[in-house]
Amino acid sequence: MVHHLDRLIFGDNQFFGVNHMSEEKARAGAIRFQETRAIMDVLDAALEEGLRSFMCTTHDRVADICAVVRANPSKYAQLQFYPCMPYAHKYANAVTEDGYLGALKRFLPDDGLLGTLFRGGKALATGQIEGLITLLVDMEMKMFAGLPTPVVFLQNVVVDLLLGLKFKHAFRIFADHVRAKYGAEPGFITMNLPMLLDQLAGQGVNNPIVCANMNMIGFRMSGGLEGYRAALATHRCRAIAMSVYASGAIPAVDALAWVAQQTNIEAVVFGASSRANIRNTIELMSVADKAHHEFGLAA
Amino acid sequence: MVRVAVVGLGKMGLSHLAMLNAHRDVEVAAVCDSSKFILQGLAKYTGLVAYSDYAAMLRAVPLDAVLIATPSAAHSAMVEAALDARLHVFCEKPFCLSPATAVALAARAADQSCVGQVGYHNRYVASFAEAKRLVDAGALGSVHHVLAEAYGPVVLKPKGSSWRTQRVEGGGCLYDYAAHPLNLVNWLFGEPQMASGVVLNPIYSSNSDDEVYATLHFERGVSAQISVNWSDPSVRKMTTRLTIWGSAGKLTVDRQELQLFIRDEVISPAGYRNGWSTLYTTELTAEVDFYLRGEEYSAQLWAWIAAINSRDLGGRNSFAAAAATDRTLDMLVRAAPAQPVAQHAGSPLLNRMRG
Repeated sequence: MVHHLDRLIFGDNQFFGVNHMSEEKARAGAIRFQETRAIMDVLDAALEEGLRSFMCTTHDRVADICAVVRANPSKYAQLQFYPCMPYAHKYANAVTEDGYLGALKRFLPDDGLLGTLFRGGKALATGQIEGLITLLVDMEMKMFAGLPTPVVFLQNVVVDLLLGLKFKHAFRIFADHVRAKYGAEPGFITMNLPMLLDQLAGQGVNNPIVCANMNMIGFRMSGGLEGYRAALATHRCRAIAMSVYASGAIPAVDALAWVAQQTNIEAVVFGASSRANIRNTIELMSVADKAHHEFGLAA
Repeated sequence: MVRVAVVGLGKMGLSHLAMLNAHRDVEVAAVCDSSKFILQGLAKYTGLVAYSDYAAMLRAVPLDAVLIATPSAAHSAMVEAALDARLHVFCEKPFCLSPATAVALAARAADQSCVGQVGYHNRYVASFAEAKRLVDAGALGSVHHVLAEAYGPVVLKPKGSSWRTQRVEGGGCLYDYAAHPLNLVNWLFGEPQMASGVVLNPIYSSNSDDEVYATLHFERGVSAQISVNWSDPSVRKMTTRLTIWGSAGKLTVDRQELQLFIRDEVISPAGYRNGWSTLYTTELTAEVDFYLRGEEYSAQLWAWIAAINSRDLGGRNSFAAAAATDRTLDMLVRAAPAQPVAQHAGSPLLNRMRG
């Protein structure tokens, strides 16, 4: 069954000190959301305003959010998670400190499996690399145990690394595993959407959920606005737009009016730190969609 | 097509490989690393031709260029071998641990018309490039002081045995982290005449420094304060920032935004106002053909390939420019007071560098 994507998906960057525009704003966010309670207050507000889908990294602190949700099943009955893995800094720092094998040892279960895989520093056989990828996915998914995760995303830093290396088979391994083990749809976050759609098609990953920067100024859209338009028109896929405000460079009303006109954009992921901003975004999106559907208005 | 080999497949090498492999004018003709695990995995799944012996690869594979992203101590010998084969070279930073070697290699590359470039990617960050443009245009009037900072969460507890935590291998906060703000200071203000108040201190590491502080003295009384610490858990990832004071105003810049204050009495540069102006990366940054970790990483590689195609030897991160930073790094090592013996014992290269 095809998972229904809500028009608006709530993101988590604002909770973890990520701001692509300003270090100062990033730090202010990190300070404000030090306590899980502060995150839950905003998440609760998002739910009350009608959002249901929370797209989040596998940051350690998301485990705390998951614990709160698990402990209050009736309150959060409507909430679903879209995990995005891996939280790359965790791995990058580990690789720098311990090398590839050391980093893997740190993140994989200590059950002798690694010893078998890497005995004598030998390369991995075909089946083993699949095992390794699926094992890493499972480790990242642990924090979501018992919670609905209808879509599972691979983060852009990994997707785009694999894309550049042309390690295309990894996309297929990820997609098959996420479908088989979690009954979820695979999602792919990228900064290079046209190139990704070509490679996914070649791997038989059909009608994939993809998430990429899509904004009216073409900010961080490698392949260009026209390239994105053409790719979305040619490939069957389900597109989620992120960074529609281009990190604050575009006023919300213009940004969402533009989104409403892009018939190939199915959903938008956005972050907000207050109920007022959440409500405002929901209203603007709904007004923009209505205007587009009823009048076909150009911005 | 430029035929490139990528040597050293750690974190930087692997990401360079992915970007070059996505470049439409590049053919990645071979990769080289000492780890069989990563090498055979790549060969099997991507079809890349893999070597574990650098010299053998240079002999066997027809190449135009190599990208070297091995641990720093290996750079100079590998660059030299590449120049022996008359190849264009992109080398990760820091360039050479010996400034004399850096100068010699720069001269040799220029003689042979080989494009040498070093991976000081901050010079391809749009906001830093704009800061350079403003300073060169005299927007700040006469500059008298600079604060160059970098903080990050790399070494947060006593541990680690990789080359990055061994100063003799070109690791440590000075070579790995401070090299970036120092390289920017070199770009904007040239080479310092003297360093004073140098602090190269370990916090957690046993064989290298984790924090670097110094005052650099330039011509005409310009001074720069260097403050770098890679054991700072309060920042999410490496943050590099310059603050520049001049007679006409002040400029603060990091990779995301540029804030310029211009005094009321002077004419502000075009596009800026008197008082504060803020420009963001969204306005400043040019799009790249392939994005992996930041536009600057792609931009520097695209610039290298373009320079190879046009035989442009004067790029902003030339070997000669990187040699200036090697000299500044060396200046700091020489000006640092001797560390307590227990912290740096058994480090012959370090002792030699101190003269």
